Amino acid sequence: MINYISYRILQLIPLLIAISIIVFVIIQLPPGDFLTNYIAQLKNAGNDVSESMILNLKMQYGLDKSMYMQYIIWIKNILLHGDFGRSFQYNQPVADVIGPKLTLTLVISVISLIFVWAVAIPIGIYSATHQYSPLDYVFTFIGFIGLAMPGFLIALILIYFVFTQTGVAITGLFSPEFADAPWSMAKVMNMLPRLVIPVIVIGMSGTASLIRVTRGMLLDELSKQYVITARAKGVAENKLLFKYPVRMAINPLISTIGWTLPALISGEAIVAIVLNLQTTGPMLLKALMTQDMYLCGSFLLILSVMTVLGTLLSDILLALVDPRIRFGGVAE
Amino acid sequence: MPEARFTEYKNSPPQTIRFVDPKTGFQLRPFVYGMSEKVDKETFRRTFAVRPEKKYEIRFFVKGEPYKMWGIIPMDVHLFGLSNPKDPLILMGTDKLGHDLFSRILYGARISLSFGLLGIVITLILGLVLGGISGYLGGISDTIIQRTIDLLICIPTIPLWMALSAALPRNWSAAQTYFGLIIVFSIIGWTGLARVVRGKILSLREEDFTMAARLAGASNFRIIRKHLLPSFASYIIVNVTLSIPGTILGETALSFIGIGLQPPVVSWGVLLQDAQNLETLAHHPWLLWPALFIILTVLMFNFLGDGLRDAADPYK
Repeated sequence: MINYISYRILQLIPLLIAISIIVFVIIQLPPGDFLTNYIAQLKNAGNDVSESMILNLKMQYGLDKSMYMQYIIWIKNILLHGDFGRSFQYNQPVADVIGPKLTLTLVISVISLIFVWAVAIPIGIYSATHQYSPLDYVFTFIGFIGLAMPGFLIALILIYFVFTQTGVAITGLFSPEFADAPWSMAKVMNMLPRLVIPVIVIGMSGTASLIRVTRGMLLDELSKQYVITARAKGVAENKLLFKYPVRMAINPLISTIGWTLPALISGEAIVAIVLNLQTTGPMLLKALMTQDMYLCGSFLLILSVMTVLGTLLSDILLALVDPRIRFGGVAE
Repeated sequence: MPEARFTEYKNSPPQTIRFVDPKTGFQLRPFVYGMSEKVDKETFRRTFAVRPEKKYEIRFFVKGEPYKMWGIIPMDVHLFGLSNPKDPLILMGTDKLGHDLFSRILYGARISLSFGLLGIVITLILGLVLGGISGYLGGISDTIIQRTIDLLICIPTIPLWMALSAALPRNWSAAQTYFGLIIVFSIIGWTGLARVVRGKILSLREEDFTMAARLAGASNFRIIRKHLLPSFASYIIVNVTLSIPGTILGETALSFIGIGLQPPVVSWGVLLQDAQNLETLAHHPWLLWPALFIILTVLMFNFLGDGLRDAADPYK
């Protein structure tokens, strides 16, 4: 087991290096950079920009060096000091900018994940055990819609209907009086009801696909011979269902548990822009628009590393659950 | 015409198509009533009032603004409209510049649908070639391609789309941005298809009929084209159909948040840009019409793909 895990971790290292290089190249792709625009702005505003000032700014952000030196410095600072560089637009360390937003994103995503599981698994089991019943058709239909509609469209339509029916604007995470307030119990209580809509919207497509997966897997299992044997021997129907087939059917949960969360975070990006949440989505968009390269680069890197580690976690969990993978993995 | 404007009917709500005239009773030919703009003295909001005394009948094949059919044949006959092209026929409302939303949705369909189809063609080529090489040749090229796929899968899709499309230069022309975006989507999208192709080729390569063909002296290219490709063509067709909606939705989402296609290009995502904030939605809800078309299109492609999958699966 330990062999298997350490083998997998060793495999990760070149992958992580390659990802960081790609991310850095991507954020360098747009022509021009933040400072050029900034200096042009200063000049337009009639300010006198001296050569030494430009040089100072460049030194401060490390832009005077060649691209690969910039990369090495960036990575070195991340690894040695946990310093992701400095955000141009906020004029703060990137970690300070991303930290609170990422926490908020994580909270929303984890709640969405729990929502997806809590809703999809029971419905999937029900749909499979009551195949072709009216409710099964209803759920299948809803599932189809949920898969076809992207989150941001659902969000738009929900905003419109809630506003016309009740006059309540559901955008934003906090009431205005709490928007800039420090964290407190009251602020959390203020946020909770406003979380409902984002959680439903973000979890919608995940729920739809998980219902389909659970239903399909369970139907496969239920037609297997061990189930028929057990039923013939008189095992109670509930015990029969939950003892083995359901456990097999939710196996995909384990294999996807690792990258579900990063997928939710990345899906949240556009929904958050529509719903005007103060999370990482709008931050990424703004950072991309203003070419705040360390900010968007660090965010992309963090998200990718989370995906990689998540996949590793899934593989280890799967190996723990399924001895076939465990021994096969070592033999490889 | 997507650029034609009803300058006197900005932000106008849709007209209701009527069949019953209170004076003459039911008539088969549909008609609409004229509208006139009113400004609220207190809030300065513009509203439109229906004016039943102005009645316009909708006719087929009316003469209107000249255009070019398929971009070549000059024409001025429209499928339906009002006999006087200056009169307004506003089926789905107008936007803030007075563009007729219905026409723009139809024109947007050209961009949005062709985007999905063209995008999938490039994805298909990349996926087939790279997946094929990876599966058939194996060895070093297989390792390289597989590692590249692993790498691309690790970076979350939506932020990667956003980053790459934001990287397209601002001063590109509309057509350049359009193809640039297609390439962005294809570069990210080919991995799934390549995996399917590789897996299929790996298993088919070991089949007896492949061995027989090789012994008979067929070239690699001929084996792939004549023996392997037909065996998994159905999987590919299904896979491709099911990934078209993803591309269409991606374009819509990016254009919607303003880093995809830009006006004056008309696509469904660009049209939805107008519906971004709550005030517009509350006062001009008809701007949400493009959303319905997007959802319908995506649903149709999903149904088509599911149907094809059932048809291609001999075990069902």
